[in-house]
Amino acid sequence: MSDLSPQIGDAGTSIAHPAVEPLIRAAGLGIERGGRWLIHDVDLSVSSGEIVTLIGPNGGGKTTVLRALLGLIDPDAGKVWRRPKLTVGYLPQRVQIDTTLPLTVARLMTATRRHPRRDVVAALAQTGVDTHLDHPVQSLSGGELQRVLLARALLGRPDLLVLDEPVQGVDYAGEATLYELIANIRDHFTCGVLLVSHDLHVVMAATDRVICLNHHVCCTGAPQEVTRDVEYRRLFGPRAVEAYALYRHAHDHDHDLAGEVVPCQPAPRPQEARRRDA
Amino acid sequence: MLDEFFLRALAAAVGAALLAGPLGCFIVWRRMAYFGDTMAHSALLGVALDFLLGIDLTLGVVGVTFTVALLLIAFQHSGRIATDTLLGILSHSALSLGLVLVGLMPWLRLDLMGYLFGDVLAASWGEVALIWGGGGLSLLGLVLIWRPLLAITINEDLARAEGVAALRHRLMFMALMAVVIAVAMKVIGILLITSLLIIPAAAARPLSRTPEQMAVMAALIGAGAGVAGLFVSLGLDTPSGPSIVVAALVFFLLSLAITPMVRRL
Repeated sequence: MSDLSPQIGDAGTSIAHPAVEPLIRAAGLGIERGGRWLIHDVDLSVSSGEIVTLIGPNGGGKTTVLRALLGLIDPDAGKVWRRPKLTVGYLPQRVQIDTTLPLTVARLMTATRRHPRRDVVAALAQTGVDTHLDHPVQSLSGGELQRVLLARALLGRPDLLVLDEPVQGVDYAGEATLYELIANIRDHFTCGVLLVSHDLHVVMAATDRVICLNHHVCCTGAPQEVTRDVEYRRLFGPRAVEAYALYRHAHDHDHDLAGEVVPCQPAPRPQEARRRDA
Repeated sequence: MLDEFFLRALAAAVGAALLAGPLGCFIVWRRMAYFGDTMAHSALLGVALDFLLGIDLTLGVVGVTFTVALLLIAFQHSGRIATDTLLGILSHSALSLGLVLVGLMPWLRLDLMGYLFGDVLAASWGEVALIWGGGGLSLLGLVLIWRPLLAITINEDLARAEGVAALRHRLMFMALMAVVIAVAMKVIGILLITSLLIIPAAAARPLSRTPEQMAVMAALIGAGAGVAGLFVSLGLDTPSGPSIVVAALVFFLLSLAITPMVRRL
């Protein structure tokens, strides 16, 4: 099917691939609770092979935007378009599994759909929790459960990955690995990724487009553009501007195991990776 | 040799328990004990309607309890009353409304105790057939919606985001609940139905590692309690419904007692 939705260009968002229908798109999105607008006039879209990150202060409505996009809450204003037959892998911010429910990790992985056991093991191995396969989910730590749920989101090879604070509860060394994994998945499976994070540092490294949200979209663009934005500086303070610079710096060189500076193997830029896949 | 009335009672109790066990697991997992109680209490209203309008008893009970479940869900969605307050109001109001309606028909010679606490020893073969037929169909229905229903029970947001129709499966579960109430009413009575749903499931929990294991275990424990309770009732001439509940309680306590040993395996 080659019929492109005519509204795509009108959304007022920066569209990375104007020729491709986005996986999901919201225009003028608003959610009202008790006479207060939790979010209003939110425009955003996610296309295949693109990582879009929502950042913003706590209580700024990041999770609300995700929930509206996923259809978990009905918008009070605006509209959400989803590509027909879109498959979604979702990692909610906090998942509590009732202790009255006996559930092993393996069974949780196949809760919605059946998958061969070797696929389940492979997905868990990607996030480093395959040893927990037959453990009760209630015995996992917060970080372990988070990794299991991330593996679960990846397992169905979804068109769109929606990750709400994916590295929450994961130790610092694990964080970078997980973000690397997310970027890898985007490159290999050309899915779209929409993630929420307040960890500016790592976010800037792995993201194609940043949307800064504080009840409305304060600013949006590539990471280096957003860090120059006045609104961004006002929200996160001048120190946050260094986040991107630090990331750039990290790619100037690498460290060997002894800590010596060595020239780095430059990773392919996201744009190049996409072109290669197309 | 066992009398035929006792065989009928055994068949009825085992049939109802086999259906109540797996459904009861969902009641436990979804923390709906009070919800189930409210639905069961409204069954008396269905009985009254049966006598008032001549509707078939089973259909009347299924219809009334399912309608009450729909009302509860609608009220919950409106979010204007706290759920436990709402259940507290409806649970006892439904029961009282049924009793008042029955009281308004003085010509009615109704075995109220039988409806409230069960009268399985008086079950006919027709009633046994209804229990096994309706119960079997409901169990089949539960098997068919098992995966999506379990998915929304584990985490509703996750399941919905992945494309599971949550409301539709919740409604189907309510319909199955309505059937189990109509079916188990004869065996254990309106006031005790919740115990047949919850106690076997709670007893099965420590002995299970997967939801499926727990469902099967709950069905077996419930059936065991039905048989044990009826023999106690026969031997000691105690009321049958409460005897079954007491037997289930003993199984639950046994399960608690052996849990440390099971954990070590």
